[in-house]
Amino acid sequence: MDKVFISGNHCIAEAAIRAGCRCYFGYPITPQNELGEYMAENMRKSGGVFLQSESETAAINMVIGAASTGARVMTSSSSPGVSLKQEGLSFLAGFEFPAVIVNMMRGGPGLGNIAPAQGDYFQSTRGGGHGDYRTPVLAPASVQELADLTVKAFDLADKYRTPILLLGDGMMGQMKEPVVFPEPVSDFPEKPWALRGRGDGPSRYQASLILDGLAMERHNWKLVRKYKEMAEQETRFELYMMDDADFAVVAYGTTARIAKGAIKRARKDGLKVGLIRPITLYPFPDKILQKVAQQIKNFLVFEMSTGQMVEDVRLALANERAVIDFHGRPGGIIPTPIEFSRVIHRYYRRM
Amino acid sequence: MELINKWPEYHKKDVVSHYCPGCGHGIVHRIVAELLEEMDLGKKAYLVCPAGCAVLAYLYLDFDIIESAHGRGTAIATGAKRANPDLFVISYQGDGDLSAIGTAETIHSANRGENICVIFINNAVYGMTGGQMAPTSLLGQSTMTSPMGRNPEVDGYPLHITDVVAQFPGVAYAERVTVSSPAGVKKTKKAIRNAFLTQQEGLGYSIVEVLSPCPTNWKMDPVTACKWVDNEMTKEYKPGLLTDKREEKRKEKG
Repeated sequence: MDKVFISGNHCIAEAAIRAGCRCYFGYPITPQNELGEYMAENMRKSGGVFLQSESETAAINMVIGAASTGARVMTSSSSPGVSLKQEGLSFLAGFEFPAVIVNMMRGGPGLGNIAPAQGDYFQSTRGGGHGDYRTPVLAPASVQELADLTVKAFDLADKYRTPILLLGDGMMGQMKEPVVFPEPVSDFPEKPWALRGRGDGPSRYQASLILDGLAMERHNWKLVRKYKEMAEQETRFELYMMDDADFAVVAYGTTARIAKGAIKRARKDGLKVGLIRPITLYPFPDKILQKVAQQIKNFLVFEMSTGQMVEDVRLALANERAVIDFHGRPGGIIPTPIEFSRVIHRYYRRM
Repeated sequence: MELINKWPEYHKKDVVSHYCPGCGHGIVHRIVAELLEEMDLGKKAYLVCPAGCAVLAYLYLDFDIIESAHGRGTAIATGAKRANPDLFVISYQGDGDLSAIGTAETIHSANRGENICVIFINNAVYGMTGGQMAPTSLLGQSTMTSPMGRNPEVDGYPLHITDVVAQFPGVAYAERVTVSSPAGVKKTKKAIRNAFLTQQEGLGYSIVEVLSPCPTNWKMDPVTACKWVDNEMTKEYKPGLLTDKREEKRKEKG
């Protein structure tokens, strides 16, 4: 397949269709409108379902309905809209239905603004809605990776029977880059649990209400075992210029891209700096941080927030006597590589 | 000798009902089970049950069932029907579910003319949570959250949601019935049959509002509760056909 020059939002939509997504339900919100628009044009063309819902809440519940019948299904939104979807995310996690939910984050709280931000890390990685559950989170850092991880998200969702969050931001959605799309998926896993009418077999039900305390507790621990298995099998990260580094930057998504530019600059100045880029935010790649901490004691976390992922870095390195610093630009401000390299210089000198 | 009143295939046997004596849910459950068998729809039936007393409908009904978050029944039904049009999709909802927290989902699924059936149990009260005021509570009706009686100055007026959606072009069939008397039960079965036929023919959205007794939360005995449906509720919510656009829909479809 040839390279295509495509925006992040269009890329996710195209990759989802190639991954066998047959239904898309969504509600317009900036900065991810192009995703739904692409679906409107191309999903119906290919015989799939595109429906613009009356609300974010309705969209995520339509996702539940479609997922319950075994279809590959997606919804997308941006921060305030994803808050509205949390009810449905909690139900998806409880039902153990596979689905892919895209959040192209913007500045907040409240309506905030429509510029790129990373303020939804806590909401994404801590469960977000009510009840004892988590949602695995994939955080791409390029348009190519948006394509690859969109396909991966559908596979993981089916494999582990869980909603998967694809977490980008306004910049990831709007920027255009060359992409080689994966070949369309034609081989889908069986879903014997899907509600397709009882036919000649026994009737099935998908209950969310588990009134018996012990049964509810069993269900909660079952979900935890699944998340632990994912932590063993599916944790992803990228190491960049870490081979000889004595100082590690930790950043994800857009911030990681900017950090790479900053690290290149710092390297020209002779600073031995590298990057650890978590690709799965939940499960968090804490083992690699602990491994790196055997050699490196100085970590600097960059985020487009007031400091959220830094808490996971501190938890991962709690027993490593590491120095963990943080530099954040919330509110929709996109930092520059020059700014980051100055910050790297400052903390590197202190080391 | 032929058994004429046999146990419906799609209703589980030997289960003890959790519904209170005199509750209407059990009657409507049985009607649904009978019709799915008579119309040969049970094998592909998919029922969305609500947050409310009927959340446990799967204990009694013997076909595929999913539970909904409060108010989201028709959104889930929409997703399921769109993803798998071969399913026969029913959303079973109460008054708080359908006409308070789920108003947007109700209005828009009806306005889109989703090819689903909605069974709307109106008992003018929140049942499972213990008898609070519903949008459909009558003026003057005393509930746990309108202890002095529903006062329109602070509580607003009884909401006629089925009359509202009946006006939509997407709604092919809407009827209001009661299950407080044998005649009412017969009419209910006829109305739900028409709703099921509507979906079977692919004509769009159908809704049957069932005025149903809730003796426990009305603090009445079952007989008084049935009389209250017949004498009081039907004054506010007049039973009868609200719309039947099936003929137009058939012509539209060609």
